[in-house]
Amino acid sequence: MNILVCVKQVPDTESTVRIAADCKTIQSQDLNFVLNPYDEYAIEEALRLKEARGGEVTLLTVGSEEAKKSLRTGLAMGADKALHVVCNHNHQDSLATARALADAIKGLPHDLILCGKQAVDDDQAQVPIMLAELLGLPSVSAAVKLEIKDGSATARREIETGVEIVETSLPAVITAHKGLNEPRYPSLKGIMMAKKKEIGEVNCAGGTDQVETIELCYPQPRVGGKILGEGVAAVPALVKALHEEAKVI
Amino acid sequence: MKVLVFAEQREGEFRKAAIEACCEGRRLSTGGDLTVVVIGKGAYGVARNLCGFGPDKILSIDHPLLEQYSTEGYAMALDAVIRSEKPDAVLMAGTSMGRDLAPRLGARLGVPVLADVVQLSWQDTKLSAVRPIYSGKLFTKIASLGRPGIATTRPKAFPAAVPDPTHQPPVSVFPFEISAGDIHARVSQTQSEAEGAIELTEADIVVSGGRGLKSNENFVLLEQLARTLGAAVGASRAAVDAGWRGHGDQVGQTGKVVSPTLYIACGISGAIQHLAGMTSSKVIVAINKDPEAPIFKIADYGIVGDVFEVVPALTEALKAMK
Amino acid sequence: MSEPEKFDCIVVGAGPAGLSAALTLAKAGVEAAVLERGEYPGSKNVMGGILFTTILDKLLPEFWKEAPVERHVSQRRFSLLSRDGELGFSFRTGAFNEPPFNHTWTVLRAKFDRWYAEQAEAAGAMIIPGMMVSQVLTEGGKVVGVKTEPGGDELRCDVIISAEGANSFIAEQMGLRSALDPSHMAVAVKEVIGLPRSIIEDRFLLNGDEGSAWEIFGQAVQGTFGSGFVYTNKESVSIGVGSTVHDMKRYKLNPNDVLEQFKHHPAVWPLIRRGETLEYSAHMIPEGGFQHLPRLVADGLLLTGDAAGLVNASIYHEGSNLAMASGVLAAETVIEAKKRGDFSAASLSSYRHKLENSFVLKDLKKFQRVSAFFNDNPHILRDYPNIFVELLSDYFTVSESPKSEVEKSLISKFRREIGVLNLAKDAIKIGRAMR
Ligand SMILES: Cc1cc2nc3c(=O)[nH]c(=O)nc-3n(C[C@H](O)[C@H](O)[C@H](O)COP(=O)(O)OP(=O)(O)OC[C@H]3O[C@@H](n4cnc5c(N)ncnc54)[C@H](O)[C@@H]3O)c2cc1C
Ligand SMILES: Cc1cc2nc3c(=O)[nH]c(=O)nc-3n(C[C@H](O)[C@H](O)[C@H](O)COP(=O)(O)OP(=O)(O)OC[C@H]3O[C@@H](n4cnc5c(N)ncnc54)[C@H](O)[C@@H]3O)c2cc1C
Ligand SMILES: Nc1ncnc2c1ncn2[C@@H]1O[C@H](COP(=O)(O)O)[C@@H](O)[C@H]1O
Repeated sequence: MNILVCVKQVPDTESTVRIAADCKTIQSQDLNFVLNPYDEYAIEEALRLKEARGGEVTLLTVGSEEAKKSLRTGLAMGADKALHVVCNHNHQDSLATARALADAIKGLPHDLILCGKQAVDDDQAQVPIMLAELLGLPSVSAAVKLEIKDGSATARREIETGVEIVETSLPAVITAHKGLNEPRYPSLKGIMMAKKKEIGEVNCAGGTDQVETIELCYPQPRVGGKILGEGVAAVPALVKALHEEAKVI
Repeated sequence: MKVLVFAEQREGEFRKAAIEACCEGRRLSTGGDLTVVVIGKGAYGVARNLCGFGPDKILSIDHPLLEQYSTEGYAMALDAVIRSEKPDAVLMAGTSMGRDLAPRLGARLGVPVLADVVQLSWQDTKLSAVRPIYSGKLFTKIASLGRPGIATTRPKAFPAAVPDPTHQPPVSVFPFEISAGDIHARVSQTQSEAEGAIELTEADIVVSGGRGLKSNENFVLLEQLARTLGAAVGASRAAVDAGWRGHGDQVGQTGKVVSPTLYIACGISGAIQHLAGMTSSKVIVAINKDPEAPIFKIADYGIVGDVFEVVPALTEALKAMK
Repeated sequence: MSEPEKFDCIVVGAGPAGLSAALTLAKAGVEAAVLERGEYPGSKNVMGGILFTTILDKLLPEFWKEAPVERHVSQRRFSLLSRDGELGFSFRTGAFNEPPFNHTWTVLRAKFDRWYAEQAEAAGAMIIPGMMVSQVLTEGGKVVGVKTEPGGDELRCDVIISAEGANSFIAEQMGLRSALDPSHMAVAVKEVIGLPRSIIEDRFLLNGDEGSAWEIFGQAVQGTFGSGFVYTNKESVSIGVGSTVHDMKRYKLNPNDVLEQFKHHPAVWPLIRRGETLEYSAHMIPEGGFQHLPRLVADGLLLTGDAAGLVNASIYHEGSNLAMASGVLAAETVIEAKKRGDFSAASLSSYRHKLENSFVLKDLKKFQRVSAFFNDNPHILRDYPNIFVELLSDYFTVSESPKSEVEKSLISKFRREIGVLNLAKDAIKIGRAMR
C-alpha cells in the first residue's frame, strides 16, 4: 500500500509567539519548531498500516528549508521517503498550499493520503480537504479510528451530537485526530538513518495568494487572580460573585 | 451585499451555531440580500423555523442521497446554489460539519476559506475576518481576495438574535440532482450521545476536571455540579489520557475549543495547551489546592482548596439557591 | 541501507563542554555522535547567562557576528546586601566595547546551545537530540558503547566523552567518584524576566548592546555561602540565586523563597518591576572544587565540564569557559589516542596534564580553599553586610550632632560589633583562601 502523509513544521505548543515589527508576521527566529502534533498521529497510522500490509510511506511538506526538519522527524519515526515541495506563497492561504501539494502528488502512486486534522499554527484545518477536492478524492476529517479493507476504508469521527462511521472508497484523504493512536518515539537507529536519507525536492508553481494578511494583534490579556478564599469557606463568596457580580448564574 | 448562509441541521434540529451564522449573515448583508440554504431530509419543512432570523429568502434542498451529511454531496449542492445565486459572501457555522464542508466548497470554487472566524466585516468589497491563530495566542485580521468570500464562524463568537415571528420570507425548493456515483464517502452509521447530554462547544456553562480528580469515579462530583448548573462536563488532557474521560471531552489545543459564559476548572493546573481551549470563556473559575497553579493567573475567581470538599459544597450551595 | 553501527567517540550531553568536544573532534575528522536528552540542544539548559568565550573565539573566530549572543558585558558590579541596604562596587570601561569584548557575553542558553550545535553539525558531528544515555556499556571493564532511552537502543564506540553536566551518572557508574556529596553541590534557581529593550537600557545605564553583570552577596542569599546575580539580555533580565545545599539546609531555606525575597529587595526590585516572567528553572552546580575532583579518565572514558566538577565557584562564577576548555582538551586527547589506537586510561591520562597546564585546573587550585573557608566562617557573609551597611548608614545620616561625635560613636560601635582585630584576621584569612 502506498501511503502519502502530508506534514508541517509548527512552533512548539509551549512557545510564546510574538508579533514582528511589520505587524503581519511573527518573530520566528527564537521559536522552537516541531512536527505538528496531529501529523504525528497521521504518520503513526501510516506506519502501522505499512507494518500490517506492506508498502511504502512517503512524507511531503510544503515550506521553507527549515520545514524539512519535520520530514526528518517523520523519517526518524520510520517513514521510507520524503519529498520537500518548494514554492513561494503566503502560508495564510490553505488553498495555495493544497494546490502545491496536489501538484506534487499527481505524479506519485497513492492508495491513501493521511494528514493531520489541523496544523496548530494557523489552525485552519483546511489543507487536506482542499487537497482531496483538487485531486478528485473523497475525504474524511478528524478520524479517531480507521480500518482499511481492500479498496475501501471505514473511519470513525466524533461530531457534536455523537459519532459518525464513514465509509469511503480508496484512494482517499483522511485526517488524523487525537485518539487515533499513540505515536511512537523515533528510535536511535531511526534518527541516525533519517539524517542520512536523501530528501527529494520538487518545485511547484503553487497558486496565487488569495488571502491578504492585514494585521496581527495580541488578545486582550485576562486579568485574573482574584482568589476568593480557601476551601469550603470560600464557596458562599463564589456563589455570590457569580450571581451578583458576574451575573452568569 | 449579497450573503448566503448554509444553516446546518441534523434530524430537523438547527445548531445554535447555525442560528448565530444566520444572524451574522443578516448583519453582514447590511441591508442587502440574505439567502439561507437548508439541506437534508425534510429540509423544506424545517426551513420555516429560520424565518424569524431575518433572511430575505430560504432555499431548501432535499434529496434521498442527501439525507445524511456527506462532504461531497453537500459541497455539490452548495456549489449549485452559489453558481445560481452569485452571493458576495458565504457563511456557515464552524462546527465539525462546517469545517469539513467549507474547505471542499472553497476548493471547488477556487476561493479561499476564512476558517473559524470571530469577527467579520467588509474591506471595500473584500470579505475580511478576525480569527485566532496559534491556539488563541494571537489574532490575525485577514481578507479574502476570492469571490464569494467564504467563512466559517466560530460557535458562540457571534450573538444570536431573538427571532421576529412576524418576518415571513419565501421558502422555496432549490432543484438539485445528484447521483450515487458522486458520493464516495458516506456515513454508514451514527451513534448519538446520551439523550439530554449538553454538547461541550454549545454549552453555556462548562465544568472541567483534571488530574486533580484522581480517578474516573470522582468525575461523578463534577457531573453532579454540572447537572445542577445545566452544564457540560469537559476534561484536561491529563484526565483524558488517564482514561477517565473520552477524547471528545478534552478541552484544549488538541481537543475542543469552548467559549462558554462560565468555565469552572477543577483540579486543572492551567497548562498553556489547556488554556488554548478555554481562555475565550467569559468568566473563569478555578478550584485548585495549589495557590501557585497558573490557572489562577487567568481565572476571574479562584478558590484554593481540595476539589473533593469544595465541589460538593458548591453543588449544595447552588441547589440551595434554586 | 548501510548504517554506522559504531562511532569513534560518543559525547554525552550537548552543553558547552560536549559541543566544544564534538566540534574539535569533527574538525579533526573523528566520527563523533552527540547524544542529548533534551528535545533540542539548550532546551534543558539553565545558566545565569554569562558565557566566557576565550575558547569559543579560538574554535569559531569572531563567533559574535553570527551567534545568538545577547549583550557584551562592559559593566560589572559587585555588591553586599543587608536587609534593606546595599554597599557596592561598580566598574565599566569602553575597552570592553571593542572586539573581543572582554570575552564576556550574556546569552540565553536555549538559543545559544542550539546555534552551537548547528556549528558542530556543520563541521561533521552527528547531533542526536531527544535521546538520553541511560547506561554505559562495558566489556571487561572497557567502555564499548551506550544504551539510550527511549527505545533502549545501543550505540557502540571506542571512547565516551561525558559532558552531562552536574548530575552526571556516568562518573558514578564507572566508579570515578562516589555519590555526589551535598556539601559540594550548590542549588541555583533562576528566572528570565522580559522587559522592553529601552527600559533595560535605561534602568541599567547601558548604551546599545552593552550589558551589565551584577553579582550580589550577603542578604541576597540570606547570608549563605552563595550569591545572587542579575544579568541583562537584549529584552530580558536573568535573575537568580545560588547557594550550597549545605547552607540551604543549615539555615532551613527554600531556594524559591530566597529568590522571591531577593527579587523584592529594594535594591533589586526597581530593576525588574513590571517585567513578565518568561521562564523559571532550577539546577545544581558542582562546587566541590579542586579538592573534590573525580578521577577524570577511565578505560574509554573522559569527564568534562560540570560532569567533572570543573566550576570555579569563587566570585567569578565561571563554568562555561572551563566546560569549553575541558571539552576541547578531552577531544584533543581522543584525537591523539585514536592515532595510537589505544583508548585505555593510561593512553587518555594526558588529559589531566593538559588540564593542569591550562587555566582550568590552575584557577581551581587557586581557589580551592575558598569554599572550606566560608563554610568555617559563616559569619562573614551572614553578619558583615548588615554591620557594614549599618555603620555607613550611621555615618551618612544627616543630623545636628557634630561630625566628631558621630565618628566617635561609630568607632565604638564598630569595636563592639566586629573589632579591628577580628576584621583584620578575617581579611587576612580571605586573602589566604584566595591565594
Ligand atoms: C502538543 C500538546 C498538546 C496538548 N494538548 C492539550 C489539550 O488539548 N488539553 C489539555 O488539557 N492539555 C493538553 N496538553 C497537556 C498539557 O501540557 C498538560 O499536561 C495538561 O493540561 C495537564 O492537565 P492537568 O491540569 O489536569 O494536570 P496537572 O498539570 O497535573 O494538574 C493537576 C492540578 O490539580 C491540582 N490538584 C491535585 N489534587 C487536587 C485536589 N484534591 N483538589 C484541588 N486541586 C488538586 C494540582 O494542584 C494541579 O494544579 C498538551 C500537551 C502537548 C505537548
Ligand atoms: C543558575 C546557574 C547560573 C550559572 N551562571 C553561570 C555564568 O554566569 N557563567 C558561567 O560561566 N557559568 C555559569 N553557570 C555554570 C554553567 O552553567 C555550567 O558550568 C556549564 O553549563 C557547564 O557546561 P556542561 O557542558 O558541562 O554542562 P551542561 O551545560 O549542564 O550541559 C549538559 C547537557 O547534557 C545533557 N544530559 C545530561 N544527562 C544526559 C544523559 N544522560 N543523556 C543525554 N544527555 C544528557 C543535558 O540535557 C545538557 O544539555 C551557571 C549555572 C547555573 C545552574
Ligand atoms: N505546508 C504544508 N505542507 C504539507 N502538509 C501540510 C501543510 N500545511 C498543512 N498540511 C497538512 O494539512 C493538515 C492540516 O493543516 P491546516 O489545514 O493548515 O490546519 C496538517 O496537519 C498537514 O497534514
